[in-house]
Amino acid sequence: MKGVSCLFQEPEVTSDFKNCENKNETGAESPFEHKVTLEFAVEGKNFRAAGEASSRLKHTLQHIGFPAPLVRRVAVAAYEAEMNIIIHANRGTLKAEITPKTVTIWAEDEGPGIPDIELAMQEGYSTAPDYIREMGFGAGMGLPNIKKCSDILEIETVIGAGTRLKMVIFNKTGPEREK
Amino acid sequence: MKKSTYSIFLDEERCTGCTNCIKRCPTEAIRVRDGKAKILADRCIDCGECIRICPNHAPIPQSDSREKTKQFKYTIALPDPALFGQFKTKPSPRQILAAVLALGFDGVYEVAWAADAVSIAIREFIREHRGEGPWLSSSCPAVIRLIQVRFPSLTEQILPILSPVEVAAKLAKEETSWQLDIPQQEIGCFYLTPCPAQVTAIRAPYHLEHSYVDGALAISDLYCELREKIAGAREQGEPVKATALGLTWGRVGGQTRAVQSDNYLAVDGIYNLLQVLEEIELGKFDNNIDFLECQCCQGGCVGGAFTVENPFVARVTLRRMAGQLRPKLEAEKEQKVLEYNRKGYYRAEKEVEPYSIMSLDKDIAKAIYMVEQSEKILKQLPGLDCGSCGCPTCRTLAEDIVCGIATETDCIFKLREQVQSLAEQMLALALKVPPVTLVQRQIMKTQREVLELAKRLPPVLAKRNQKSNQKKGGEEE
Repeated sequence: MKGVSCLFQEPEVTSDFKNCENKNETGAESPFEHKVTLEFAVEGKNFRAAGEASSRLKHTLQHIGFPAPLVRRVAVAAYEAEMNIIIHANRGTLKAEITPKTVTIWAEDEGPGIPDIELAMQEGYSTAPDYIREMGFGAGMGLPNIKKCSDILEIETVIGAGTRLKMVIFNKTGPEREK
Repeated sequence: MKKSTYSIFLDEERCTGCTNCIKRCPTEAIRVRDGKAKILADRCIDCGECIRICPNHAPIPQSDSREKTKQFKYTIALPDPALFGQFKTKPSPRQILAAVLALGFDGVYEVAWAADAVSIAIREFIREHRGEGPWLSSSCPAVIRLIQVRFPSLTEQILPILSPVEVAAKLAKEETSWQLDIPQQEIGCFYLTPCPAQVTAIRAPYHLEHSYVDGALAISDLYCELREKIAGAREQGEPVKATALGLTWGRVGGQTRAVQSDNYLAVDGIYNLLQVLEEIELGKFDNNIDFLECQCCQGGCVGGAFTVENPFVARVTLRRMAGQLRPKLEAEKEQKVLEYNRKGYYRAEKEVEPYSIMSLDKDIAKAIYMVEQSEKILKQLPGLDCGSCGCPTCRTLAEDIVCGIATETDCIFKLREQVQSLAEQMLALALKVPPVTLVQRQIMKTQREVLELAKRLPPVLAKRNQKSNQKKGGEEE
């Protein structure tokens, strides 16, 4: 597939979104491990629903009983990713897979893609139009904040087609997994 | 884990099990069981929303009895700033203080005066910690409990400054003990409180090991007597110590004005607060706000469950009354407060700890399993959040089912579905009449009618079934 594609902390270049879907990236996860998957549809330009998906994810994590700092990191990362879809893309989904050790979030959208990822990772750089900045969004902190909050961040983007973010946050304080 | 305390109790005789309160509770702390509302002690934050919504006045806020004052040799009343907005006759602040004293206390110490000092302490703290905010105000105990329970990650952003009432009690005891040579333990400080959350905060303080306040008396309980005393009181006693800024702590916006923060937000009403705290936890306000004034009640403390006057009227009255006082603290007094502040006099003794009671199980793997199960159950429920099962939402019912404290048939729609299938089974059985028996046509007719009735689904469920059928159809295609 033509276009720009880039990954962080994993040099392998994947250009097809669907191929990575079934990859088991978290390594030695046992199939019997309990995990729960949540999926939310995110509508582009719908600011009335802004933050709803990340809020729901946050509440679920609180119900599970994850430590507060981890919940905060996931919430902020998910929120920024959700806002990126709302601000820049036409539509997308926010998906989270929760296990005792890790929380993995995928934010996938159909949108313009990111022309220059390195630039986008810089604090304060934004391509958001003026009317969105006037609403108090698009301050150019989205991706830098996501990077700050997640342990692993991967970005794949295809210009004119869409962007896919994968964020992994480890629960470092969690109990040891049973073998 | 520490035992939780709360100050709202339920009068079972008055409760009709109407489910109004379960829908209103911001922490989903109420369930209706056996036709009566039950408060889950761990989750109650004393916000008073159930008191306001209940048409039967079944939730009763508890305060201390005046009998308790008899345990002390010397008693001091600590009137909350909100008290000053409670009287239609527009007495002067001095008259109100005189009336409070006439209730039978040996002394009066203004909480508004302590608020003046606390404002300066907060101002200084924020100045020293600029950019680390937003700092959340720490004087409303219901807000503190809300943050502990629903926004545990925000507990470290609560200002580590004592609330004005604690400072008032601390100062009152020290000053009286020094002036009259009475040991501090013989002095009883009694707070005239506008809200039940303060009663809990005194029993289980969040910033201290032990509260300086010895009891809390509800303003509404003392109201009639106070009005009589005001009518009889002439200008007497000592002049008012508090400034206009201290007095306006009783209404929303008062704290921010007193703290003189230019980067602030003042939020009142628990639902508005939920929204703003949610946004703060998602990082929306980072670096934009230094100070967030949090008031659980609409209008601030004048809207507390123990107040009598309409909160909007009380707000105006309080503002007018503040106009009668000097606008702010004299420079020399401010210097003294700053000196105390440097010694850490107003600082909290301990940090507010997160108090996560929302989690389903201590074992994370088990909790994840439970969440998975409850998501599955939730999909089977009608999603009406009607409250007929006694839970505030279908989601809470699903959670209660996985926790084992409710069953699926608590949902009347699920119950109805089961009755329908039972009726079908019964009919099927009834039709299997032994060949040797004569079939009575009339009985058959009645049975058919029963089945027809059972098949009639409530409109909402019919709609849902239609949808799911369509979905199935779509998938097959």
